[in-house]
Amino acid sequence: MKEEIIISGFGGQGVLSMGKILAYAGIIEGKEVTWMPSYGPEQRGGTANVTVILSDERITSPVLNTYDTAIVLNQPSLERFMPLVKPGGTLIYDPSSILTPPMRKDINVYSIEAMAEAARMKNGKVFNMLLLGGLIKVRPIVSVEDVVEGLHRTLPERHHHLIPMNEEAIRHGMEIIREENKA
Amino acid sequence: MQKDNDILLLKGNEAIAHAAIRYGYDGFFGYPITPQSEILETLALLKPWETTGMVVLQSESEVASINMIYAGGGSGKCVLTSSSSVGVSLMQEVIPYMAICEVPGLIVSVQRGGPGLGTIQPSQSDYRQATCGGGNGDYHTIVLAPCSVQESCNMVGLAKELMMKWRTPVIILSDGSIGQMMEKCILPPYTPRRTDEEIRRQCPWATNGLGLKGRKPNVMTSLELDQALMEKRNRELQKKYARIQQEEVRAEHYHTEDAETLIVAFGSAARISMGAIDNLRQQGHKVGLLRPVTLWPFPEKEILELASRMKRIVVVELNEGQMLRDVQWASQFRCPIEFIGHSGGVIITPDEITRKISEMGKL
Repeated sequence: MKEEIIISGFGGQGVLSMGKILAYAGIIEGKEVTWMPSYGPEQRGGTANVTVILSDERITSPVLNTYDTAIVLNQPSLERFMPLVKPGGTLIYDPSSILTPPMRKDINVYSIEAMAEAARMKNGKVFNMLLLGGLIKVRPIVSVEDVVEGLHRTLPERHHHLIPMNEEAIRHGMEIIREENKA
Repeated sequence: MQKDNDILLLKGNEAIAHAAIRYGYDGFFGYPITPQSEILETLALLKPWETTGMVVLQSESEVASINMIYAGGGSGKCVLTSSSSVGVSLMQEVIPYMAICEVPGLIVSVQRGGPGLGTIQPSQSDYRQATCGGGNGDYHTIVLAPCSVQESCNMVGLAKELMMKWRTPVIILSDGSIGQMMEKCILPPYTPRRTDEEIRRQCPWATNGLGLKGRKPNVMTSLELDQALMEKRNRELQKKYARIQQEEVRAEHYHTEDAETLIVAFGSAARISMGAIDNLRQQGHKVGLLRPVTLWPFPEKEILELASRMKRIVVVELNEGQMLRDVQWASQFRCPIEFIGHSGGVIITPDEITRKISEMGKL
C-alpha cells in the first residue's frame, strides 16, 4: 500500500495540521510516513500545501510530480494540482471556494461543502476535520479510530477536551462528501 | 522494546533536538536562522536543563556559538551548535582552531540557498564549505549527510561517538527539506550524561582543571611560533586523518548490483534520486545509486570500483556541481560523468532526473 496525497489551500485553513494528523494515524497503523510542507515567507491568507505519503515500504522521494489524491481548497490549487492527479486517482474539492468545477473525466472527483458546513455548525475550526473525514471515507487509508488516536498524540493535553467535537466533525465529513465523477 | 511515546512524527530539526538530549549531550549553543530554528525551539520546549542537566543557550551570534562549542569541547564536554549556510559561514573562523587543538564538537548545518543570504529554501550548496573547510589551514572535519528524519536523529549519536573517538569537530550536513519535513522517528533510549569523573578519565587532555594535582596543566592553542613545531603538529593531524579515511567511510547502495548507470547523490538529492531510480527501472533502465553517508571521508574506493563497471555516472546535487569534482577525481574518469542539479533553493523532482537520464541515451 502506498498513497501519495497533496493537500493545498490558503494558509490558516488547517491544511498542514490536517496532513499531520493523517500522518500520525499512519504511524499508529505501522506505516512509513512523510509530511513535506511548502515553506517560505508565508502568511495567513497566502497559499499553503503539504505532501503526505503513507506507505508500507520505505519512502524514497518526498518530492513528487504526480499524486494519487489531491485535496484542493481554492481555485489556484485546483488549477495547479488537478493536472497532476494520476489517471484513476482522486480529487476532492470544496465548492464554496472553487469557481470552475473540475472537468477531468479520468479521475474520481468528490465535492465536500466543508466551509459551508463549518459555518452552519458555527465552528470554523472543524473545517479541516470535515475534510479529513471526507478523505478517509472515499480513500480508507487509515481508520477513524486511528485518526482520533492521532489527535490525542498531536494535540497538547489542555486541548484534549476538544477531541470529541473533532471526532464528530470527522464522522460528519464522512456523511457529507458527494461523488461528482467516477473514473 | 520501544514504548509508543518513543515513536514520534518529527521534523528533521526536531529529531536532532530530541536526539541531543537522549544521547547525553552536555550543551547546545545556537542562534536562530531559517530553516533550522526548530532545533533551538524544540530544546527550549523540552527544557533538558530540568531533566538531564543539559545546558541550552541562545547565544548573541553564530561567532559566539562556535566559540562556546570550542570552549565546551575543550573542557571535555559533549556539545553542539546548529545554524544554516550564511550562519555557518560565520563559524568558519573557529573550526580550524578546534581541528588543530583536537577539540570535539558537533556543528549541525541545515543548508539553504546561497551564496550570501540567498533564500530560505533547501539547498546543498555548502558541500564544499563542509568538506573542504571554509577555514584556514590543512584540516578536515568529519561530515555526515542524513537523508531522512530517522537518520538525522541517529547521526547525532554517531557524531558523538566519532568526535570523542577522534577528537575532531564533526558536521551534520542537513538541508531545509530534511530539516522541515516530518517522518516517523524512533527515538533512542536515554544515555546519561558523563560524570566529571568519567570526563577526567576519558579526556585527560581537557582543559577543565579536573585532577590537576600531580600533572601539568593542559594547554590548548593553535599558535605555534616555531614553524618546525607547527609542521610536526600538522603531520600528526594528517596521520589521524589518514586513519579516519581508512576506518570511517560510510555509504549506502541502492540497486547497484546490476546497474549500468550509477547516480551518486547525498542527502535529500539521494532520496529524490531513489524515486527517479524506481521510475527508470520500470522503464527498463538499469540504474543504481551510491549515497555517500560520510562526505568526508569520501567513499573514493567504492566510487572507483563502481566506475570501473558502469557505463555512465550521473551526479545529482542541489547545487551547481560541488561533489561532482570529488566524484570525477575518485572515479579517475573510468566512465563518462554527467551532472544534474539545481541551486538557489530550487528542488529537483524525480521526473526531471528520470527524463534527463532517459534522454542521455545508450552508451
